[in-house]
Amino acid sequence: MNYSIAINQVSKSFGKKVVLNQIDLTIEEGQIYGFIGPSGAGKTTLVKMIVGMDTTDTGTIHVLNKKMPNLGLLQAIGYMAQSDALYSELTGMENLKFFASLYKLNKTEIKERISYAADLVHLTNELNKRVKAYSGGMKRRLSLAIALIQNPKILILDEPTVGIDPELRLSIWNELLRLKNEEGKTIIVTTHVMDEAERCDFVAMIRDGVILTRGTPKELKEQYQVDNFDEVFLKAGRNDS
Amino acid sequence: MRTVAVIKRICQEMLRDKRTLALLFVAPLIILTLMYFLFNGNTVDPKLGVVNIDNNLVKILEETKINVKHYDQAGRELIVEEELDGLLELKDEKLVLTLQNSDPSIAKALQMKVNQSVSFQAQSKVLNSNAAPLAIQKNDIDTQYVYGNSETSFFDVLSPVLVGFFVFFFVFLISGIGLLKERTTGTLERLMSTPIRRGEIVTAYLVGFGIFAVIQTVIVVLFSINVLDMVLVGSVWHVILINLLLALVALSLGTLLSTFAASEFQMVQFIPIAVIPQVFFAGIFPLEGMANWLQSIGKIMPIYYAADALKGVMYKGLGLKDISGDLFVLVVFATFFIILNIFALKKYRRL
Ligand SMILES: Nc1ncnc2c1ncn2[C@@H]1O[C@H](COP(=O)(O)OP(=O)(O)OP(=O)(O)O)[C@@H](O)[C@H]1O
Ligand SMILES: [Mg+2]
Repeated sequence: MNYSIAINQVSKSFGKKVVLNQIDLTIEEGQIYGFIGPSGAGKTTLVKMIVGMDTTDTGTIHVLNKKMPNLGLLQAIGYMAQSDALYSELTGMENLKFFASLYKLNKTEIKERISYAADLVHLTNELNKRVKAYSGGMKRRLSLAIALIQNPKILILDEPTVGIDPELRLSIWNELLRLKNEEGKTIIVTTHVMDEAERCDFVAMIRDGVILTRGTPKELKEQYQVDNFDEVFLKAGRNDS
Repeated sequence: MRTVAVIKRICQEMLRDKRTLALLFVAPLIILTLMYFLFNGNTVDPKLGVVNIDNNLVKILEETKINVKHYDQAGRELIVEEELDGLLELKDEKLVLTLQNSDPSIAKALQMKVNQSVSFQAQSKVLNSNAAPLAIQKNDIDTQYVYGNSETSFFDVLSPVLVGFFVFFFVFLISGIGLLKERTTGTLERLMSTPIRRGEIVTAYLVGFGIFAVIQTVIVVLFSINVLDMVLVGSVWHVILINLLLALVALSLGTLLSTFAASEFQMVQFIPIAVIPQVFFAGIFPLEGMANWLQSIGKIMPIYYAADALKGVMYKGLGLKDISGDLFVLVVFATFFIILNIFALKKYRRL
């Protein structure tokens, strides 16, 4: 089986605090994989290591059969950080152009991708405003657009829909599903919103640096004998402690 | 290509930030102008060489805290070689005082002391013998200068140092805070999730801020020379070259130190540690008067070399060959800091 992402016995500590403890996880191509878990569980840490922005203490992470960190692979990975990292003195358009020019794209591709990404997050009419005049949700949307800019095979989105209104959230999720179904992209999403978790193909629940449980949303609901996904989150946490 | 993208972005951001631009380009001019009006002198025990001077006068000179040294032959080379502040010589029954004048305040103090000593001796001679007053008076001393002339002011010597210092200070501050902003807003970390290399980021920062440093340097140098009328004996191109190298050192040091700062405020805290001490060794205070260990501290300060080269070119009219040693040291400093910068980014990504 060719995995898109293979995480093997990965541990990570910050100082004495063990943040991730022997994580094993494989993600197949063309799946949406959701990470859920309480705040401070280690989701962001794990996701950053997949992108190669952080190193593992022990264990290995392979993306598209190449060991991370790998500079060349970053062309194939679109990353949206949990906190917006934008140049606030520049306009939305200038931000998009800047990030686009860091990837291997030619001029027409840059134009096409910018108009696609901006349109997807409904920012086309706001692109000439400076980012410091953006609202919180607009910044979030711009970050998402930047993650999509180089048309990557793998999308890693750290809480992409925080601060985005329900209508736009729905249309973003529809687009994520379309990207998965039509373009075969692999998508990792961390989220605290359970109805989003339910839309994923697989969900892993992380708590205190270990994967407590994993499976399709349906399996998880059956496992805990509940019909509301919120309760999976609550019960999984309770069983452990 | 990616480097160019980052450079372009840095320029866009800088041009939007009018206040920082003003700080970079206008503040040094204002301060230099102020200094021009405010300069003040300082005193150090001067070193005086004597040739053919009678022992009586030497004693009197020594009493006025002049460090007197005896030589057999006089000459300008002697003053430069022995690093004397002045040379007093009896030639054809006339006293000739040659002042090095690389620091006019020292030269003036020395001249005054010599004058006093000579007239004191003349007076005591009158008192001791009843002979006719042997009128050796102030005007009888023929005063000559190795560098500059009696019109040279302290500012003339100070100004090369000041030009260098302001270039260093503002480039240091602005490049440091520029990279720091990338760190604190998280965009630097975000950049690490793109295929950009660490070396490309460092290069882009050097070039991006370098462009502004070049403009600033040229403005400061031209303003100093044309408006403030600073002495410039050597070539203006050499002055610009020295300052550009110094700006490169400041740029790389600023971005490097910003690694160790968590906020703009902490970056400012580096000024008393990394910048102010350099002023002490830049030649504003004469190095000769310092203890040996202090002098060796001065030798690890980039501004020490830049100031030495700038003084050489602007005041003494030295050529490129004479200052090549100083320039080389500056290049070494810059290279060293640039390499450290690339290593410092490892904190964010190993590749
Ligand atoms: N750079 C760091 N230095 C020290 N500790 C860190 C660092 N980054 C994260 N941690 C710690 O690691 C743990 C996991 O953090 P992480 O950001 O991965 O949590 P998370 O699951 O993403 O939480 P949230 O849902 O709130 O985003 C936390 O206890 C945090 O304090
Ligand atoms: Mg997180």
